[in-house]
Amino acid sequence: MRKVDLAIVGAGPAGLAAAIEGAKRGCSTLVLDMNPLPGGQLVKQIHKFFGSQEHRAGTRGIEIAAQLLHQAETEEVEVMLGAEVYAIHDRTLEVAWAFTGDSSASSSGGGATPPSRHLAIAARRIILATGGAENALNFPGWTLPGVMGAGAAQTMSNVWRVLPGERILMVGAGNVGLIVSYQLLQAGAEVVAVIEAAPRIGGYGVHAAKIRRAGVPILTSHTVVRAEGRTQVEKAVIARVDSSWQPVPGSERELDVDTICIAVGLRPNARLASLAGCCLHYSPRLGGWVPIHNSRMETTIPGIYVAGDLSGVEEASTALEEGRLAGICAASSLGKSNPGDDERIAAIEERLISLRSGPFCQPRQDAKQELIEIGEVQCCKE
Amino acid sequence: MLQGVKTRGYPSLQELESAPGYPSPGRLEKGPVAVIECIEEIPCNPCEQACPQHAITIGEPITNRPHLDEDKCIGCGLCIPRCPGLAIFLVDLTYGQGVATVAFPYEYLPLPEEGQAVQAVNRAGEPVCPGTVIKVQNPKVNDQTPVVTITVPREYAAEVRGIRRIRRER
Repeated sequence: MRKVDLAIVGAGPAGLAAAIEGAKRGCSTLVLDMNPLPGGQLVKQIHKFFGSQEHRAGTRGIEIAAQLLHQAETEEVEVMLGAEVYAIHDRTLEVAWAFTGDSSASSSGGGATPPSRHLAIAARRIILATGGAENALNFPGWTLPGVMGAGAAQTMSNVWRVLPGERILMVGAGNVGLIVSYQLLQAGAEVVAVIEAAPRIGGYGVHAAKIRRAGVPILTSHTVVRAEGRTQVEKAVIARVDSSWQPVPGSERELDVDTICIAVGLRPNARLASLAGCCLHYSPRLGGWVPIHNSRMETTIPGIYVAGDLSGVEEASTALEEGRLAGICAASSLGKSNPGDDERIAAIEERLISLRSGPFCQPRQDAKQELIEIGEVQCCKE
Repeated sequence: MLQGVKTRGYPSLQELESAPGYPSPGRLEKGPVAVIECIEEIPCNPCEQACPQHAITIGEPITNRPHLDEDKCIGCGLCIPRCPGLAIFLVDLTYGQGVATVAFPYEYLPLPEEGQAVQAVNRAGEPVCPGTVIKVQNPKVNDQTPVVTITVPREYAAEVRGIRRIRRER
């Protein structure tokens, strides 16, 4: 059985940041990701990021992914792609591996389906950075081709360069809905409307302003009633909702669209953590069921750590910081530390507090604090 | 608070005027100046380091809104492509007799060309007046956020924040 000091599940910003810190401290480090490309959601983020200079603000997400991968390579982190971890027990990861031939981002697509192999990997420490998953929305017609997650549309458009449709209805005016609408406009589609059931736009005002300038209406207090079409979406029916979220009779309106994108939030992708036995806590502010962890990012299973959207849906900037924190703490628990790590941890914690301040992010700070307080009681000490 | 931007998707004039990055009427009369339409407290600060004149301050915490020192701002427009929110514009009310310029980020293809007649739009994307493109800047440092400058009748300068997108030929 392959043995490593540190196995990380997920090659997004949290996983890669954790890997880099672990490797920097002398841990043999392996990152496993089920996708054909490393970088997680960063590879489809073609917009410039918010945040501070330390978080490479102003840099496009896809560039951040490239920088992280380069750094990981320099630190001799191994990234294994097409590798799906389907169970964890006794710090052994069971992996179904579709061998892709190489672990670089440029691995060729197409061709015959590669043979699947099973691997077992024994890791002294495990960091789960499995990210988030899109929430679904059920309405009559929701199974018609053309109804898809906004993230799926973004992957089609920005990673595989396939326009998902010509005329789009975006459901949800959080940051994902607003950003993906903008990117679909850039890709040449028409966004007929963005609708939002809440009376207020959830995402950043600047993202909303960008698409408003481009002529896209944003209809708050509106929901999708049904999708119509014979073999695919040909029409969407929307309606105004009242203060108890019920469609207002007579307010229905038909929109001529071929694609309905659903952007109604993300939830932590906590299935693997749950399988591994980590205790979960339900936190609406963090997106749903989330693994309990302490201030060192360690879960209720000793030796298993979490970082990024899995430990509460937030941003790439916070994912990077949590990844760093988890990497440093996991390495330290193996007796592998660098001089100045205490200061580094304090600096990360300070940056996280700063990123989670302001009216937009403070609720997450509170939820995160609550989670960590539970973790401090339930997770093992050292 | 923030009724405009959180319900309509763009800030109301009142929201803008109360924002620390929105220049005063007096400063606007003096010549080109950055107009920072960032009115929500979000964690973001690249504009601070973008300004060679140190006219933009965020400070701590990072969720502070950008403050424009309008006397320091020389209207160079270098901040425009550095704002991830594409929320910085440059307005010059002194460009010519009755003519103002508005510069804005424009991340769509095809790009307009210098001299091209365009439809200037307001914050809601509604056409408000004709405009003429006088500059399209896309140097490497912009990292693919081109900045387009158009002339418009002066009375529309406070409203115009973009152009109707040019349809791509298929």
